[in-house]
Amino acid sequence: MADTILEVRNLKKYFKTARGMLHAVDDISFTLERGKTLGLVGESGCGKSTTGRSILRLIEPSAGEVLFDGTDICKLSSGEMRKKRKDMQIIFQDPFSSLDPKKTVNQIISEPIRENRILTKKHAIEEKVLELMETVGLAERLINSYPHELDGGRRQRIGIARALAMQPKLIVCDEPVSALDVSIQAQILNLLKTLQEKMGLTYIFITHDLSVVNHFSNDIAVMYLGQIVEKAPAEELFANPIHPYTKALLSAIPVPDLSEKRQRISLKGEITSPINLPDACRFANRCFDCQDGCREGIPQLREVTPNHFVACFLHG
Amino acid sequence: MSETEKHILDVKNLVVRYETEDGIVRAINGIDIQLGYKQTLGLVGETGAGKTTAALSILRLVPSPPGVVECDLLHIDGLDILSLPDHKMEEVRGKEVSMIFQDPMTVLNPVFTVGEQIAESLEIHEHLSHKDALQRAESMLELVGIPGSRANEYPHQFSGGMKQRVVIAIALACSPKLLIADEPTTALDVTIQAQVLELMSQLKDKYDTSMIMITHDLGIVAEVCDKVAVMYAGRIVEQGLLEDVFNHTLHPYTEGLFNSLPNVKNRTAMLKPIRGLMPDPTNLPSGCAFAPRCNYATEACLGEPPALRAVSDTHSVACAAYNTPGFHIEKGRDA
Amino acid sequence: MEAVIKQKTISKQYKKRSALGAIWRQLRKNKGAIIGLVLVLFLIIMALISPLIFDYKADITAQNLQERLQSPSAAHWFGTDDMGRDVFARVMYGTRYSLAVGVVAVLIALAVGVTLGAAAGYVGGVFENIIMRVCDIFSSLPSVLLAIAVVSAMGKSTVNLMIAVGIASMAPFVRITRAAVLTVRGEEYVESARAIGMQEGKIVLTHILPNCVSQIIVQATLRVGQAIIAAAQLSFLGLGVPAPAPEWGSMLSAGRSYIRDYSYLTLYPGLAIMLAVLSLNLIGDGLRDALDPKLKR
Repeated sequence: MADTILEVRNLKKYFKTARGMLHAVDDISFTLERGKTLGLVGESGCGKSTTGRSILRLIEPSAGEVLFDGTDICKLSSGEMRKKRKDMQIIFQDPFSSLDPKKTVNQIISEPIRENRILTKKHAIEEKVLELMETVGLAERLINSYPHELDGGRRQRIGIARALAMQPKLIVCDEPVSALDVSIQAQILNLLKTLQEKMGLTYIFITHDLSVVNHFSNDIAVMYLGQIVEKAPAEELFANPIHPYTKALLSAIPVPDLSEKRQRISLKGEITSPINLPDACRFANRCFDCQDGCREGIPQLREVTPNHFVACFLHG
Repeated sequence: MSETEKHILDVKNLVVRYETEDGIVRAINGIDIQLGYKQTLGLVGETGAGKTTAALSILRLVPSPPGVVECDLLHIDGLDILSLPDHKMEEVRGKEVSMIFQDPMTVLNPVFTVGEQIAESLEIHEHLSHKDALQRAESMLELVGIPGSRANEYPHQFSGGMKQRVVIAIALACSPKLLIADEPTTALDVTIQAQVLELMSQLKDKYDTSMIMITHDLGIVAEVCDKVAVMYAGRIVEQGLLEDVFNHTLHPYTEGLFNSLPNVKNRTAMLKPIRGLMPDPTNLPSGCAFAPRCNYATEACLGEPPALRAVSDTHSVACAAYNTPGFHIEKGRDA
Repeated sequence: MEAVIKQKTISKQYKKRSALGAIWRQLRKNKGAIIGLVLVLFLIIMALISPLIFDYKADITAQNLQERLQSPSAAHWFGTDDMGRDVFARVMYGTRYSLAVGVVAVLIALAVGVTLGAAAGYVGGVFENIIMRVCDIFSSLPSVLLAIAVVSAMGKSTVNLMIAVGIASMAPFVRITRAAVLTVRGEEYVESARAIGMQEGKIVLTHILPNCVSQIIVQATLRVGQAIIAAAQLSFLGLGVPAPAPEWGSMLSAGRSYIRDYSYLTLYPGLAIMLAVLSLNLIGDGLRDALDPKLKR
């Protein structure tokens, strides 16, 4: 077996709402190899962020196991979990709300070091902060700036430096570039890629942007209404999408290329409410290929070709 | 007058600045826009490039103070917008020109039904009775793909994509000649974005509307626009037909934008981002605003901001490097 | 060529820009706030130096019936009262009581209210519900009535007055803190603190409360004014600082029987209360504008 860093088994997260149970994450399983990147793609409300946060236990999962380096972190006490957090970090989407406005860059980056007593000497901490700032490409002079004095790209670099401060093994990147301008987006993507190569990081890359995830991931899992509907290596997924939703999603990306005139698959309607879902294929209502049998039971993820998993009654 | 009548929109030398306590924000530094009937112009640029300000100044909606708008010429459909008194301008907005904003959630008033909100502009501009206007509102809803029976519902009962459809219905209610869409799909999911873009293109053809599409997404431009203008720091740096700008890119900034996008065909390649940051609009460099980030910059770029020069009938670029014969950029995306 | 296109180097300032400095720069632009600040500073100085100028026994409380009820003159700027005491001296000396009661009462309200509010906002659930309902009860009673009840239960003394007024002005602090905590709690930087393994209590202290401070400060400034009024009201009713101390409220009360003939007996203490409250409100408004992030660019 390959060097597995993370294995998620039957992860579920339901929220109680006034109108019934909201199935944010509904029975998700996957494994992730060390040093690789898994892209988690889907539209808003598909449960991709909840999945990311459940894996880190920033949200308590309702059911399921998250095996990180072999230990089920869902069973850890809160004290043990706090120690484990060193190894698993998160980079947030919004570089504006993810940094405490009352703290300086120095304080923000050094906080994880001080909190976990990785270093205790004052000048050692400062040296480490400067080193981290250099790693992520922040000028030394910004060390005492406040986040609101900086632009989005620089703030996101602070967020990355903070996540790196504890030398984690796994980083969940929750839409790390979607709030940034294209030219800055490319800078941050390059940075994340370089860091992965240099430090052997494992990423879970959550995004709604398929072109970004394609650039970045080894494997891609497409989510729809709390479930993974298709999972495959990136090239394979782009070359041979099987699930109707994946096909529609791929065809919907506007491509800045005039030579490529594609057949657009238009989906009917919009994502249905994730509350009190029936036991049927979640995508059936919008599917252009929907058959009678699709409404009888939930399709399971099956390996159609090696490493290519699809959850669709019509395939596999 | 015959010169302007060929264009639905004719703007010459538009300058907008915001005079704030912290200094003068130079949002737009002299742009010309000419848009022919039934054409769609894509206004592309990053945050702070001045796209939205440009749109607002066409509608004379730049808040003043602190905004100061100067313009040599601003004609919509041959009508001199600059000299119109305020009450006439109100008639123009919504009737001749409509605007679709980025965030549908904040545009719709939560205390009125969507039907009433669509009817409102019909009552104002077409002088319909309330009853007739509501009826028209229902048919407008049908037109954007929402059952007319939902006209009595309130905005919160609609999803994001539906709300944007309602906003489009409001914008098109009085069949305006010019539609300005400011990032109309940025807040939406890709599949919904595809639906909305398709809808907009259909309606635009149906009503012979001209459109300005403001966006940061070159993919959207490729899909819906005929012409593109790339903006940087309040100036248009390159403009031309879609074909000109996408396949015969001239300006280094445009090249940088393309290079920043993840390439679907070569997924392992490192991206080639534009280095550095947008200049501070209160303190623009004296020469070409892009020069500090530009790989081709020379001393010639530091003196005066370069003017747009026509390269062909349809294509123009503002870059001093083209003074040197034989200069060309590296862009080889399609090579 | 490289050198030419390099962006101009920003002067190497590693120095931290203090948050206080930024607030001060904003505040300085507000004329009302500056007037308020000057007035409050004047009152504070008065409170501090009045014991040095006046002798409590001889100048403030000693009766001098020969000179009773004199109109304002060069010798007695604000005149004398029915016991022949100099009103100017008493009004000046009274600053000590009013400011002390106002500030201490608000500090009490602040300590209890912020703790309860933060706990309610962060813990939530039944606990929050209980606190907030108690808060509702407190705010449905007129605060003076509440303070009267407290003073009558605990007895008349300056300390009890402070506690009474403090309890009566607690509810707004609970509310404001809870509301602020609820907003801040949802921010990603709180989640980010949790992600690095910080304990909940520490998150509240290091990340949540510092981001609520501005709203609490504004409220506290405005509340000091209210507390001064409440204290004066209680003293007016004879429930506050015991006589013969020169509290503004009790001076009003004492002067009330002479209001037709010797109106200056009530005028000057009344003006003093008004001035104190007005200046605190001016500062409070100024601070609100200076601290409001929405007004900042």
